[in-house]
Amino acid sequence: MKQALLMFGCWLALWSTPTVAETDTTSSYDDLLMALTEADLNATQPILEKIEATGHPEVLSLFQTLLDGNLHFRKADQVLLSIVDVNGTDQYTEFQSGTAIEPLGRRDVSKIRVNNNLRNFLSSAIGRLQLRSSEPDLRSAAVLSLLTTLDAATADDLAELRREESNRTVLSSIDLALAMYSARSANTVAAQITAIDTLSDRLQPEARNLLFDLERNADNPAVREAATAALKKIDGKVTFYGYVDQLFFGLSLGSVLLLAAIGLAITFGVMGVINMAHGEMLMLGAYTTYVVQLLMPGFINYSLWVAIPAAFIVAGLFGILIERCVIRFLHGRPLETLLATFGISLILQQLVRTVFSPLNRRVAAPDWMSGSLEINPVLSLTYNRLTILIFALIVFVALLVIMKKTALGLYVRAVSQNRDMAKAMGIKTDRVDALTFGLGSGIAGIGGVALSQLTNVGPNLGQAYIIDSFMVVVFGGVGNLLGTLVAAFTLGIANKFLEPVTGTVLASILVLVFIILFIQKRPKGLFPQRGRAAE
Amino acid sequence: MSLLTTFMSRRNSLGSPVLPFVTILMTLTVLAAIGNLWIPADSALHVSTYTITLLGKYLSFAMLALAVDIVWGYCGILSLGHGAFFALGGYAMGMYLMRQIGSRGVYGDPILPDFMVFLDWDVLPWYWLGMDQFWFAMLMVLLVPGLLAFVFGWLAFHSRVTGVYLSIITQALTYALMLAFFRNEMGFGGNNGLTDFKDLLGFSLQADTTRVALLLCTAGLLAAIFMFSHWVLKSRFGKVIEAIRDGEPRVRFLGYRTDRYKVALFVYSAMIAGIAGALYVPQVGIINPGEFAPLNSIEIVVWVAVGGRGTLYGAVIGALLVNYAKTRFTALMPDGWLFMLGALFVLVTLFLPKGLAGVYGQLITSWKRGRNRDEPPQRNQEATS
Repeated sequence: MKQALLMFGCWLALWSTPTVAETDTTSSYDDLLMALTEADLNATQPILEKIEATGHPEVLSLFQTLLDGNLHFRKADQVLLSIVDVNGTDQYTEFQSGTAIEPLGRRDVSKIRVNNNLRNFLSSAIGRLQLRSSEPDLRSAAVLSLLTTLDAATADDLAELRREESNRTVLSSIDLALAMYSARSANTVAAQITAIDTLSDRLQPEARNLLFDLERNADNPAVREAATAALKKIDGKVTFYGYVDQLFFGLSLGSVLLLAAIGLAITFGVMGVINMAHGEMLMLGAYTTYVVQLLMPGFINYSLWVAIPAAFIVAGLFGILIERCVIRFLHGRPLETLLATFGISLILQQLVRTVFSPLNRRVAAPDWMSGSLEINPVLSLTYNRLTILIFALIVFVALLVIMKKTALGLYVRAVSQNRDMAKAMGIKTDRVDALTFGLGSGIAGIGGVALSQLTNVGPNLGQAYIIDSFMVVVFGGVGNLLGTLVAAFTLGIANKFLEPVTGTVLASILVLVFIILFIQKRPKGLFPQRGRAAE
Repeated sequence: MSLLTTFMSRRNSLGSPVLPFVTILMTLTVLAAIGNLWIPADSALHVSTYTITLLGKYLSFAMLALAVDIVWGYCGILSLGHGAFFALGGYAMGMYLMRQIGSRGVYGDPILPDFMVFLDWDVLPWYWLGMDQFWFAMLMVLLVPGLLAFVFGWLAFHSRVTGVYLSIITQALTYALMLAFFRNEMGFGGNNGLTDFKDLLGFSLQADTTRVALLLCTAGLLAAIFMFSHWVLKSRFGKVIEAIRDGEPRVRFLGYRTDRYKVALFVYSAMIAGIAGALYVPQVGIINPGEFAPLNSIEIVVWVAVGGRGTLYGAVIGALLVNYAKTRFTALMPDGWLFMLGALFVLVTLFLPKGLAGVYGQLITSWKRGRNRDEPPQRNQEATS
């Protein structure tokens, strides 16, 4: 303990005046490295301590390499080497100069071995070193790695560091560590209770574990009570963030439903026909993403930007094809249209099965969509879901603009309100039908691109969403985009909030039953069209 | 007035399809039965047990198609969920057959079916009680689909849900049931469903005689239901039903409670579907949640569409033809069948809106018209020559 304190003192001194002993440390650092190659296991730790005390900039990477078991030296001249296994072949690098060298024979190199004691020392030394790293993230991570093992010396050191620290994340990590330290081993009960109060705002699992421990094992009843109160407060927060998490998943499901249903809302709203092949448009979009990635293997990060317009065009063209070849001949016979488009969906599924095999395909996620946004230790939002949520809203707004501001949108609305009158006014309803179908299908294709980032791409992809998207359209009210938006998010959130209570399957059953009952009450959906256009 | 009488007479001249239908159906099945039981196996006229089972399966599908035709062809209710009623009837029968296994199961439990032992259940769920009685199980075959159809139909027709909306919610209904039946907790064998049946009313299901008896039973019931449905649909009730199909608001304004008519018809149709399911299960030997799949229900609709709706016999012919084609095709090239089925949907709706029965009707009419027209021109020709 005392030794560590001494070492820290010494090191801090070096830290504050780095230029004074520059040459001195370098030479002694080199000597120490030389000594490291000669020492046996028992003598290694003192040398490592001295190396740490030099404060040389390379120390961190040296320790890391040593901890990973990659540090070797060349027997001929005792030069340190790092040997890293890359895809099965060893890559040799001179440690200090960083130059890559030809692989050497096994007999020419010797490994600097470490045992468990050394590993422990190295991990905590790395933690200490990172505390002074110039990266705030590293500093914060270092503090968090010390949470449960903090001793008095390091605590003092942290308190010291806190004064110089300006980054808020790091500050809060340090506060947490210090509070945990004093909750555990402060001298006075009052200090302990104050620390526990501070901890009650924190969600880190380590803090909770400590509080559990205190609640059960603390000597002083006041401390135990404080711990109980703090735990209750934390539990409340955890439950709250649990709800936020569910809400996010619900919104995410809702955004997927929105992307799937919005195209359907247009085609169903305008033409009154149910396109059972709509789900297959999603599938085509997802497969387009897959193919685009196959075509540009080196540019996964950019492939999505190509895939989005490509999927729109592919699915849109298929939609126009279906409209021109089949649906237009079945005008005024919605039930027959339903059957014919169902047939088309079967053909498309089988086509994909024949071309791409019935197995699921995995579409790679670009880097910028992987990982998650950590809001606090119990709540993190994955970037892909977040991106898709935003993307769905952008698509929605874009579609809204098309419908409200462009000539096509005007025609589409006119035809959906009164087909005969629109025709009489000179609107080419045939063309509008085909374009509407193309637009609706194209948007489903874009939805498919988004879906490919969440699930595997397979021939049955569309089937899974078709009933749900009909439910959304029917629930929201036919021909009403805003209704579709509200319905998609309502159903998504309802589904995700029911899931933990009832299980996944029962949740979707309950939602289905709810919608069936809802249609009984309001057959025209949440936001029915009013006036004569509704008939 | 004269127009009306000619119309009536033409209708009569086409004749009621009941007698020829029943005659052909029963003759063929009896011949098949004889071919299986009494003609030796090496004879060319021998009918294999496999064929008997296949025929029995087709006929239960035909009954199911009949059920769909009754609501779709005569009342314009396109149900995409009739597979659910079929499967419920099948499950009721399957539960009876499960209870008949008794202690001959893998785990040898005298009361609990194997899957319940496997899931560590120690008592029979309440809805399995009484299912060891044949009469009770048969009652359930009728009541469960009937009750579901009643509740669903009452809710839907009472609030005037029609057209594609109705189709979609029937599909959602069968989809929801499928999800539910896939769950082990439901107590219907989960994913695997009910299978490994041993005997029915004490007769082994593996025996040729039982299979033939089941086929005859299916054919007999199909004939009976056909005749009864024909009678119902030609009755006053049937006329109202057809009128509802052609103009529901008008019928309503005339003072009929159209929703009650529709509910009654829907329940009747669901019960037929239930019977079909109950006949299907012992012949096929398994019932699982896959029967609830929306695709199955929609396939039934295509049988009816191919055969021609609104004729009853068209549905039966369509079911037999499409299923025969399916058996043939899946054996020849398994991947091709879905292409075929999809194309069938598209082509039939585009080019054969009245199905094969419609084509037949057109041929007959044009032949008759041709004969009527042929005579006067001949006279004219004679006159000119």
